[in-house]
Amino acid sequence: MEWESYYFLSKSQSLEIGFPSIRLTATHGTSLLTSAFSLPFSPLFRTSLNTHNSGKTRLLQLFSDPNQLFLVSILKFNKLIMQKHLFLGVEAIGQGAIDGGMSGVYSYPGTPSTEITEFIQENPLAEERNIHRTWTANEKTALETALGMSYAGKRAMSCMKHVGLNVAADVFINAAMTGVNGGLIVTVADDPSMHSSQNEQDSRFYGKFAMVPVLEPSSQQEAYDMARDGFALSELTKVPVMLRITTRLAHSRAGVARKDVLPENPLSMPANPRQFILLPAIARRKYKGLLESQNLFLKLSEESIYNRYEEGAEKSLGIIACGIAYNYLMEHYPNGTCPYPVVKISQYPLPENHINRMDQECDEILVLEEGAPMVEEMLKGFFAKGTPIKGRLDGTLPRDGELNPDLIAKALGKEMFSGYAIPEVVANRPPALCMGCGHQDAYVAMNEVLADYSKGRVFSDIGCYTLGALPPYETIFSCVDMGASITMAKGAADAGLIPAVAMIGDSTFAHSGITGLLDAVNEKSSITVVISDNESISMTGGQDSSAFGKIESICIGLGVDPAHIHTIVPLKKNHEEMVRLFREEFAYNGVSVIIPRRECIQRASSRKRNKG
Amino acid sequence: MKSDIILAGVGGQGILSIATALGEAALADNLLIKQAETHGMSQRGGAVYSHMRISDQPISSDLIPGGAADLILSVEPMESLRYLPYLSETGYLVTNITPFVNIPNYPDIEKVMEEIRKLPRFIAIDADTIAKEVGSTRASNMVMLGAASPFIDIEFSKIEDGIRTIFGRKGEAVVNMNLEALRRGRQFAEENK
Ligand SMILES: Cc1ncc(C[n+]2csc(CCOP(=O)(O)OP(=O)(O)O)c2C)c(N)n1
Ligand code: SF4
Repeated sequence: MEWESYYFLSKSQSLEIGFPSIRLTATHGTSLLTSAFSLPFSPLFRTSLNTHNSGKTRLLQLFSDPNQLFLVSILKFNKLIMQKHLFLGVEAIGQGAIDGGMSGVYSYPGTPSTEITEFIQENPLAEERNIHRTWTANEKTALETALGMSYAGKRAMSCMKHVGLNVAADVFINAAMTGVNGGLIVTVADDPSMHSSQNEQDSRFYGKFAMVPVLEPSSQQEAYDMARDGFALSELTKVPVMLRITTRLAHSRAGVARKDVLPENPLSMPANPRQFILLPAIARRKYKGLLESQNLFLKLSEESIYNRYEEGAEKSLGIIACGIAYNYLMEHYPNGTCPYPVVKISQYPLPENHINRMDQECDEILVLEEGAPMVEEMLKGFFAKGTPIKGRLDGTLPRDGELNPDLIAKALGKEMFSGYAIPEVVANRPPALCMGCGHQDAYVAMNEVLADYSKGRVFSDIGCYTLGALPPYETIFSCVDMGASITMAKGAADAGLIPAVAMIGDSTFAHSGITGLLDAVNEKSSITVVISDNESISMTGGQDSSAFGKIESICIGLGVDPAHIHTIVPLKKNHEEMVRLFREEFAYNGVSVIIPRRECIQRASSRKRNKG
Repeated sequence: MKSDIILAGVGGQGILSIATALGEAALADNLLIKQAETHGMSQRGGAVYSHMRISDQPISSDLIPGGAADLILSVEPMESLRYLPYLSETGYLVTNITPFVNIPNYPDIEKVMEEIRKLPRFIAIDADTIAKEVGSTRASNMVMLGAASPFIDIEFSKIEDGIRTIFGRKGEAVVNMNLEALRRGRQFAEENK
């Protein structure tokens, strides 16, 4: 039997447990979100009670701790209730945020974070509460808007993929300085092994850099709990809280038990009217405050229910397992059979109490973390004295790529049956542009004209059209970060590579292409910008593009000569016309914009399906 | 009870419909589930897979360890081979035999079948033809689920219920067609295992 959920009570208040709708009134106190202590406690009493919804008896036990706080836990009785919601990690976060009293989610899509916002967009309670949930132009505008909602006292979340936080880094770091009013959660989804990304940067470094608490769930249930209770943690610590997940947790399903739906915060102004003014004199004070708060953040980590020290008799090795790595470890030791002491970490800053204890008790320490060896580096230090630390830096685990149960088995010296080899006949099956996609027609026409020039003149960007780097097109020669096609083309033209061409999608243009185009217009650079407009954010599943219907007017507004802005439908029948346009504008000595526009066929068919 | 299943196919073939039906069945059977899916870039016609773990005991890892899968269930023959490192010594490979050719270097299908036949335990089934016979090639994934069902430790009636739940909205005719597809798949596997 497993204990299903824990509730923390302070003595004076009353408690209501929403899911599975047990009401325990006027016992002792309400939830103290991130916990104020850790297990185990001695049971105070046990009792049974009936749940309202199923009529099944559940066992309830109360524990007490020296601080006179009470912990209630409910014995898992009926797995069906436990599994009521089979949520993806991203869905669990969406539900948790709604149930946590969030008033607005502000996001720009990016795998593996996209479905958090999509879940909220389709959720009936979010609709009923009129929670803000439209996509923003990019991650910076998203997080800034969320901070504005927090300023006004309400709870907000901003979701993005890891590289999105690079875009929003300015506001993220400075929001740690201003602090929050309403709770603010920044949910960042990392993609180790780069399943759908340009790099595998580890967002925990940003959390450490900004000096804010970071939550890293090991399970879908924790993802739900952290999203729900993270707002209050943010309000308690008065800074934004980062919720960091990785691809596997984001896109894996498991049973999640919901808790009470909390009310939204009312509109309220910051108590200190200067809280958000980072003028140097004020900022210096704020920074000292942030530094002082580190003690509180550490204490909360040390006492967090998400972090714990698990006893083990075999002290030759101690294992520190962060986030989802904990599950991969436990895969090899079902039902608490791990012989080694384990520190489970799902809340940062690092809980020093648990780590110091491990350092004292164990001969060696193995660090398991998804992403970069952040914790490992911190423990190892520069001179690598003291307890030997094993992990990604000494080759016990690979330096890059995501973890899995096999890599961890190997690190523990476990022998496993390694399966059958992949036969040689198996060919790679890389992703490809869909048959009939408009980007293809643009590339075919472009290639015909580019044959007259030396190779390597087309800079591109991020989206479905990036697949134009692969055969049969091989048209483009860069894909770096959103918007870089236009600016890199300009830089290359400045260097003398004329003409230089930028190939960018409509959403990427709206995200970060506009400012670069303004630079090019101001300097009359010899570049041709191809905005391949499929009226959708397709790479991430067909969301609404914020530049929809506005691209020509944006370009004219930036000062592009209207005589050099052309729109064409990328279809075979218009091939000759497209070739003519490319030829003329490549030869033009100035900024020109060509907009091949045809709706993404996937988006068109899902639109028709939803209508039918 | 424990079933660790790798679902395999090509982005767009809808392997997740199999996972959904199985998930419903497992839930109805009071079992625990973890299921890792592929989202993102590879959905665009690339190789996609899902790790589905069903158990009556708590499940730790979202990913199945190598050499530990009880079953590889693939809706495309070449894709079935891609995940062989996951198959356990006693595991079954169940695959559709209709190739999905969207790459220029797709291997000779006979060579692919040869590799499949080398395995000690496999079911190679023409799910598309059977699906056509019961009414629509769209039911081919349910034929595949039926063909895999003898190797999954869930009551068959629960899997049927799963299909009723997920296709219920689409009316009785669709439900019945998919149930028939499921039964035909199972029958084939029973006769050929
Ligand atoms: C900073 C950043 N945010 C988000 C992403 C994820 N992302 C990659 S491509 C893409 C969509 C691009 O849409 P668009 O430019 O319209 O091209 P399409 O895929 O529709 O062809 C997104 C959101 C990213 N790679 N980087
Ligand atoms: S999803 Fe749309 S934009 Fe992407 S390749 Fe397919 S048709 Fe083209």
